[in-house]
Amino acid sequence: MARGRPRLAGPLAAAALPLGFLAVFFLWPVAAIIRLGIGPGVTRALTAGRTWDLVAFTLGQAAAATAIALVAGLPVAFLLARTSVRGNGFVRAVVMVPFVLPTVVVGLAFRALLPSAGVLAIVLANAFFNVAVVARTVAGLWSHVDRRAEDAARALGASRVRTFLAVTLPALRPAIGSAAAVVFLFCATSFGVVLMLGGGEYGTLETEIYLRTVQLFDLPGAAALSLLQVVAVVAVLVAGALVRRRSTALRLRGRADTARRPSGGEWVVVAAAYAVVAALLVPVATLVARSFESGLDGYRALAGRGYRGSLDVTGWQAVVNSLRAATDATLIALVLGTLACVALVSLGRARIRPGIVESVDTALMLPLGVSAVTVGFGYLVTLDALPGDLRTSAALVPLAQALVVTPLVIRMLLPVLRSIDDRLRQAAATLGASPWRVWREVDVPLAARSFLGATAFGYVVALGEFGATSFLARPDSATLPVVIGRLVGRPGELNNQMAYAGCALLMLVTIAAVVIVDRLRVGSVGEF
Amino acid sequence: MLRVDGVTVRFGSVEAVSDASLEIADGSVVALLGPSGCGKSTLLRAVAGLEPAAGRVSWDGTDLAGVPVHKRGFGLVFQDGQLFPHRDVAGNVAFGLRMAGVERAERDARVESLLELVGLGGYGKRRVTELSGGEQQRVALARALAPRPRLLLLDEPLSALDRALREQLAVDLARLLRTAGTTALVVTHDHDEAFTLADRVAVMRAGRIVQTGQPDDVWRCPADESTAEFLGCGTFLDGKAQQGEVDTDLGPIHLPWAPDGAVRLGLRPTALKVGDGPLSGEVTARVHRRDHVRLTVAVGDRTLDAVAPVAATPPVGAAVTLAVDPDGVSVIGADG
Repeated sequence: MARGRPRLAGPLAAAALPLGFLAVFFLWPVAAIIRLGIGPGVTRALTAGRTWDLVAFTLGQAAAATAIALVAGLPVAFLLARTSVRGNGFVRAVVMVPFVLPTVVVGLAFRALLPSAGVLAIVLANAFFNVAVVARTVAGLWSHVDRRAEDAARALGASRVRTFLAVTLPALRPAIGSAAAVVFLFCATSFGVVLMLGGGEYGTLETEIYLRTVQLFDLPGAAALSLLQVVAVVAVLVAGALVRRRSTALRLRGRADTARRPSGGEWVVVAAAYAVVAALLVPVATLVARSFESGLDGYRALAGRGYRGSLDVTGWQAVVNSLRAATDATLIALVLGTLACVALVSLGRARIRPGIVESVDTALMLPLGVSAVTVGFGYLVTLDALPGDLRTSAALVPLAQALVVTPLVIRMLLPVLRSIDDRLRQAAATLGASPWRVWREVDVPLAARSFLGATAFGYVVALGEFGATSFLARPDSATLPVVIGRLVGRPGELNNQMAYAGCALLMLVTIAAVVIVDRLRVGSVGEF
Repeated sequence: MLRVDGVTVRFGSVEAVSDASLEIADGSVVALLGPSGCGKSTLLRAVAGLEPAAGRVSWDGTDLAGVPVHKRGFGLVFQDGQLFPHRDVAGNVAFGLRMAGVERAERDARVESLLELVGLGGYGKRRVTELSGGEQQRVALARALAPRPRLLLLDEPLSALDRALREQLAVDLARLLRTAGTTALVVTHDHDEAFTLADRVAVMRAGRIVQTGQPDDVWRCPADESTAEFLGCGTFLDGKAQQGEVDTDLGPIHLPWAPDGAVRLGLRPTALKVGDGPLSGEVTARVHRRDHVRLTVAVGDRTLDAVAPVAATPPVGAAVTLAVDPDGVSVIGADG
């Protein structure tokens, strides 16, 4: 019975659509930007002193924010992974909120909190977003690391601190490395926060690309900066993948085995974790307070077009635009993400070289790292070549949002599908289930909650997407985050109030989604 | 009838199973016995169609090469159950029946009768996560048996359980397989388990089947010294056999099945018992086992394993005499 590998036609067909989407709506635009960038623009941009100031500031603020996120995230990771303290569910939800908050909302919250502290506000706001990434990624691994290695070290006479440094930290290195790489990436390409907090004074590559395109019409210069950024992003992603790869041979256990009541010095760490949680709530609370500063004026103003008609749409129209675009984007992302997961899992099961599966996996994560502004810019220079010139189409915004949401859907579904023991599927097969039936009977029911979670989570991320949307939305199809961004840039107290009210609304939706996801007990939200 | 002809399974450059051949007659139970890592589970998976393999697996003369797992009609029980966590006990047992399109009423009746059969009557509505390891394994068995597979494959079905449960379940399983007349292939590293369950035993080592035979033939006449060691023999000696009497360094041993001429014997610890006998030596160590005490005895320049009853164990340093019990002696390579 000379049987070959299980048939690969199915998984490859499943992979075709997401990869095709990635090619048309990501690689092509980015490649076009790169081509545009390689030219006289590059030398001019690379020799300008301002460029290197921007690079230094971009990387510097990202490094600082990453360091703060790591320091703040680790105690929370400990709390979630290693302790069974009442209220951990609440902590898990609270930590998750900043990660899905729209960037403009966070930008505005920190502007309300630290009105004149430019750099500090940028760094803190970026860190604020990403504490969740560190906490959840590290906790994800930590809760499954066999605790007995630490017990052994303690029994051999190592102090708590020594044990942590010599045993625990090395075991967590893959997760910490992976989280640090992703956080650094998010911070280096963060757009909304820097735009809102930097004023005219501080800028990163990302905001500079935006300004040069939209305000200065310096396309070659913008393209050169995009190129620079793409190179940096790919370098960081590769570094992250390398750290992750050396992560085998850990003894993993079910999480119930590793959580205990904290004792002795561990309470200090728990207290630090609660301090972090409290700090995360401050900007959120500030924002809500500000939105009610002059009663309900801001909320009433949403019915209009802002102070002296600052906008082309009313606030409520923007809300409707947002909901519509996010719905479309989420549907697209769910289809693409599910297909990609099916393909990745099937390829993994077919004993393809793990390197190949991992590269496909990394490729699908790329849109998360490459700046949304670059992508939006790329759309403007490429998509006229497609039939029906998508550049003027209302479909463009959902497509761009789907590009951002799809990797998150994959990150939520894939770990669950991968964690299903292959022998469970084999048991189903020996009981007479065809390969299709195995998916329907085993994978689908077991991944259903993650799928619902990914839906809710993807929806809020699409709702809050700012970078690409602000590039692509036409004035009359502006979404709520775009409207908020515009309002903040215009004078008039009414505009401010309206922006705060819009932010509070977005935040409400976000928190609702986080609560839903938390209720569904989806394990892998925000884990990288 | 299952026939396995020259099956070879490779993982990259490693040959996990080399040229294995095996037959299982209808209604009989064959055990694949071997140490862990010998390739026995891989061979079982190749039979199930879960592992691409070279060679030929056939059922009643029909080559199964192009037949995918779900159309082979072979049931499979894993070491750790692998029950579907999102279905209750009845839902697990009914799974194969649903796949076969069995009517609801008939399905329910069959599920209940199978749960009765494995001693879990009335457990249908329980969640599988609430069950103990032994109960889970019973459900896994009921699930595999429900669609009436033409061959049942059991991959270390009892290894994940603790000892007392394992022994009891082995007896239950043996009775169950006999009464149902199931054709089965059991993979195990435990010879007690193999001998309890199987009509025939195939001993595997390093990817090859080194011996196939009835349990007591394999027990009394292992194919070679490594097989004898795996089956518990610790001491080896040469002898000369004539009409069932073997002349050895330890004196004559009565072994009716030994062929005339030069033979090599393997002695299990139970072959030497403290009592009236031709051997005398000094106890150098003792270990309490479940139902006997294991002694190490220096006899001349040899160190031998022997057993003593728990009630009358000589202390370390005591001089003892040893009798040979032919029941604990194997004749190596005698071929039954």
